[in-house]
Amino acid sequence: MSISSSQGIALPLIEFENVTKSFPLHSGQNLLRQTVQAFLRNPRGERFIALNDVSFRLTKGEGLAVVGRNGAGKSTLLTLVAGLSHPDSGRVTVRGRVGALLELGTGLHPDLTGRENLYLNAALLGFTRAETIAVEDRIVEFAELGHFIDEPLRTYSQGMTMRLAFSIAVHAQPEILIIDEVLAVGDARFQKKCQQKIMEMRNAGCTFLFVSHLGGQVQHFCQRALWLDGGKVRLDGDCETVLATYEEFLRGA
Amino acid sequence: MPRWWKQTVNLFWELVLKDFRVRYRNMSLGMFWSLLNPLVMMVLLTFVFTRIFRSEVPHFPLFVLCGIVPFNFFSLSWLTGTAALVDNARLIKRVAIPRMLVPFSTVVGNALHTLIQLGLLLAFTVGFGYTPNVHWWWLPVIWLLTILFVCGLSLATSALNVLIRDMRYLVESTNLVLFWLVPIFYPFSAIPPDLRDVYQFNPVAALVLAMRQILMENTSPAASLLWKLTLVSLVSVAVGGLLFRRLERRFYEYL
Repeated sequence: MSISSSQGIALPLIEFENVTKSFPLHSGQNLLRQTVQAFLRNPRGERFIALNDVSFRLTKGEGLAVVGRNGAGKSTLLTLVAGLSHPDSGRVTVRGRVGALLELGTGLHPDLTGRENLYLNAALLGFTRAETIAVEDRIVEFAELGHFIDEPLRTYSQGMTMRLAFSIAVHAQPEILIIDEVLAVGDARFQKKCQQKIMEMRNAGCTFLFVSHLGGQVQHFCQRALWLDGGKVRLDGDCETVLATYEEFLRGA
Repeated sequence: MPRWWKQTVNLFWELVLKDFRVRYRNMSLGMFWSLLNPLVMMVLLTFVFTRIFRSEVPHFPLFVLCGIVPFNFFSLSWLTGTAALVDNARLIKRVAIPRMLVPFSTVVGNALHTLIQLGLLLAFTVGFGYTPNVHWWWLPVIWLLTILFVCGLSLATSALNVLIRDMRYLVESTNLVLFWLVPIFYPFSAIPPDLRDVYQFNPVAALVLAMRQILMENTSPAASLLWKLTLVSLVSVAVGGLLFRRLERRFYEYL
């Protein structure tokens, strides 16, 4: 995937054009009986509309904060950017390598050692073997695990696990980094180190997509904010204005 | 090699390794356990079919082991392959990886696991006085074809299992039926002639027959058997792949 056209006109890295995404309303269990029942009762399949006609674009180096209440469609938007699900209608275009910190530690296995998990997790994030070997030492050093790296993950504290996961994710050198309220990693000192690392990546031209119910930390990293409400874009503009309006709305509600 | 290919291969091996490591890490006797099951089955079936029902087949323990090892591989890898997507739901909902790799790596992980049992089988073959010969080169060919077949089958059933969770019970029952319909403890010659052609289209039966021809009759598997096995494997991968592609877009919603 190319990042920009040869004429030097930068194409947006993320482009949503009238994107609508819905989910089927079902009981969660998909046994044959329920599938048949649901079809008989509701043959056209009623669906919950998570995103309704959403459009926005994000260019290289921008940081976008996505805010909104629970159920506003923030997570759905992230899964579409990460390529985990597909829109019902409209178009999602993503140009560039996406690194998604949707849920830190996904794919880590408690019975494997830190180093084995490092290799597995790096592979899940799209590293080749040679690339993993090249950054292995830096990941271990950043995560501050010392000799624990060769111990099974189940002997780790919560903070150590998160440090390892975060360290792998930021070393994947993504062009687009999606962060879903995961910056509460480790102790205050390590959190600061993470924020510094993110700032460093931002200055190096990495594009960010932050998701949060609240403003707070996002203001450091984002110039723009997108407020989602009930699956629709309520407001899209510079971070301070949108967050101020959103917070005012929250107080009023 | 293009980068996406290196990424895919790396991820594939890491997933296979994970299954393999996790399986053996918590067993004090490790690989010994994977040998226990075929040995127990061999002893039991040999007892029943030489002491209770008098089978005429010579070298019955070896004969029956030639059936058990392929059948164990098939039933276990198909079952775990079918459950692979649902078991790895968290991964599939959170990381954008080529999803076909998940059932594939499970099946191939099982194939590695089977290598240990295959070692046991070869040791028994030599123990019964057979010597390795040129026909043994057919072993990797027929096993690769069978692995391909199970991959295709698992693509289809794992995808269906996401939408309809009863799939795994269907697979379990089918495995039970196949235990009797694959010539594990009876020879191919005992099958009525008009059913033999149909039997050969079952890749598991074909694998068992080919194993016996190679190991116990010192011959190459029949050409007709080979082309049937190839045909069924290719069709299974094609159909499984198409079905998987069709259903894949809905995985996120149903997992």
